[in-house]
Amino acid sequence: MSPASLAALVAPVALVAPPMPPANVAPGGVATAAAGAEITINWVTLSPVVIVLGAAIVSTLIEAAAARRRPRPSGPAQPAYLRPLQAGLALVAVAAAGLMALRLALEADKSMGLNGDGAVVIDPVALYLQLAVACCALLALLVVADRTVQGESAFAPQAAAVPGSEYEAKARQRRLSQTDVYPLVLFATGGMMLFPAAGDLITLFVALEVLSLPLYLLSGMARHRRLWSQEASLKYFLLGAFGSAFFLFGAAWVYGATGALRLSGIAAAVQSPTGLDPILVVGVVLMLVGLFFKVGAAPFHSWTPDVYQGAPTPITGFMAACTKIAAFGALLRIVYAVFQALEWDLRPVLWTVAILTMVVGTVIGLVQKDVKRLLAYSAIAHAGFILVGVTSLTAEGLSGSLFYLFTYGIASVGGFGVIALVREVDAEGHMRGEATGLDQWRGLGRRSPVLAGAFAIFLLSFAGIPLTSGFVAKFAVFAAAFGAGAPALAIIGLACSAAAACFYARVIVAMFFEPAPGGEAAVGAAAEVGAAGLAGSALAGSGLGGSGLGGSGLGGSGLGGASPGGLGADRSGVGGSGLGIGVRTLGLTQIAIAVSLAFTLVLGLVPGWFLHFTQELSQLLS
Amino acid sequence: MSVSAYLILAAVLFTIGAVTVLVRRNSIVVFMGVELMLNAANLSFLAFSRLWGDFDGQLAAFFVMVVAAAEVVVGLAIIVSLFRTRRTVSVDDENLMRR
Repeated sequence: MSPASLAALVAPVALVAPPMPPANVAPGGVATAAAGAEITINWVTLSPVVIVLGAAIVSTLIEAAAARRRPRPSGPAQPAYLRPLQAGLALVAVAAAGLMALRLALEADKSMGLNGDGAVVIDPVALYLQLAVACCALLALLVVADRTVQGESAFAPQAAAVPGSEYEAKARQRRLSQTDVYPLVLFATGGMMLFPAAGDLITLFVALEVLSLPLYLLSGMARHRRLWSQEASLKYFLLGAFGSAFFLFGAAWVYGATGALRLSGIAAAVQSPTGLDPILVVGVVLMLVGLFFKVGAAPFHSWTPDVYQGAPTPITGFMAACTKIAAFGALLRIVYAVFQALEWDLRPVLWTVAILTMVVGTVIGLVQKDVKRLLAYSAIAHAGFILVGVTSLTAEGLSGSLFYLFTYGIASVGGFGVIALVREVDAEGHMRGEATGLDQWRGLGRRSPVLAGAFAIFLLSFAGIPLTSGFVAKFAVFAAAFGAGAPALAIIGLACSAAAACFYARVIVAMFFEPAPGGEAAVGAAAEVGAAGLAGSALAGSGLGGSGLGGSGLGGSGLGGASPGGLGADRSGVGGSGLGIGVRTLGLTQIAIAVSLAFTLVLGLVPGWFLHFTQELSQLLS
Repeated sequence: MSVSAYLILAAVLFTIGAVTVLVRRNSIVVFMGVELMLNAANLSFLAFSRLWGDFDGQLAAFFVMVVAAAEVVVGLAIIVSLFRTRRTVSVDDENLMRR
């Protein structure tokens, strides 16, 4: 779709979202217009969101003004300034929003709060989450904006072109680039910053869609393995829309049970029991289901592995980090609004989902043979760990979850940044897609010790090994669960993190202690892949894993009859082609990795000040 | 007619939509199921709005319609681009990665 149409659709939403008409207009009164004058909007506290969404609109307009012609050999070239301009605008906007959120968070106190008559709640926790989203989005944008020295980004030259067509070949040849990526990322970031600050069911839903719709499109824009990417896009879209529909239906019933759209009004209404409690419970559970879809919690996680694997790697890092932060922020807000009244109804739901999520993520993660897929299951398991913190519903649980969200987000942006740099190289030395097969990563530690070392530290942080931020985060949420009288949750969580450490260790062992693929090793590798595939198929109940034994290696059996041959087989077999490590790029990804690494280590070694910060925030909220 | 009749209708529509999403294989039909679910939510918003005698629910329905329209734009763009590649919109053929 064209960027202009997206702007036309989203822009009014972005502008209208804060100033909601007041609740409880007198029946029969058409007083909305008159009452609208009373709404006060504090633009300063709204500024992080406004900056990002404003920049998104400007960016869309630039895109429309610099409209490309069709990539004919004779047509004018894409203006050279376009990509640096768009990337620069996006980076500056997100950085400015982050700084603004930081400034507001530092001077935050309890008196801050309602904005636009309560449609947006800018409290310290919201500001913290906006800051976290901005930090992760900034790092992710660096990875997005990076490209190889040959000028290839991670995105298709023309996402609308049919993969393998002549049209695409021309676009590639003419070095077009899909600069719509930047406005889309900005819209998504704006939605993510609004989502945890939403104080109103309508704002929640609109923010949810503003963050989701660009992500559906971005997932389908990968330069390499475009069929996977398109498939990821479709799956994400259908299941994401399914989840949104649950959320919305739940919101309707919560409104029905309480007569209020504002979360504050809902919180007040649930204090006094009425005959409508069953409707309220159904509504809240359906809303939670919608959010569980977004965070990828079991049993609503089925989209996660496919989308994480198929989406362009920079986008995977972006959504792994930022979507999780935003969606958990909204989850916290909703749960805290209604929990006092519905504790006995909601606790079993949250417990079940948390346990299922941790177990499913860990167990299925154990048999993965693709690095991106492995991190996807790790993301599912981490959603479970964060839910443990959310479920405890104490100030410690809240501060633990906030800390966890930030550290996990930063580490996952860095981790996917590393994956974006490890590429396959074909016989002529051309760079191809990412080498995500675990077997292709063997021996990476010898060829590129720095990259492998960075990845190892991110993995250790995911595993929760001491001296990394992941350990502190896990400790904080599990301690909160113990403190809140839920030792069972904490023990299951500990068991799952111990088991999950196995699969992180497997990657580290492969990188540092196994010879690089090739020659004799390739034979062993093929057998191993086959075995892992069989184990996977036994678990998943799908008979597909066995195809790894058929001598075709990782590339598998291609596409089936319906599709043009060779398109999806972009991926090489085991040992079939070399590994381009430490791809020569502009160096932006390396910066992002270095910053993430610094955060991960600093928060692991001296977490006190940051924990203190999150604890103060949670005190302010309660 | 009482409000509860509308709510029951909304619940039925929502269920039909959800079952459509889970059972059907054509991605356009799946998408129609999602739209049915959104409209069920709209109907409940309107019915509850009537129950409470305020305009909030009707306001919500307007927002939902706008957002649903945006969703259609994005969704059909994705489905069309996939169809041009593969000449099929069946979600059963969408399993390249699980191999």
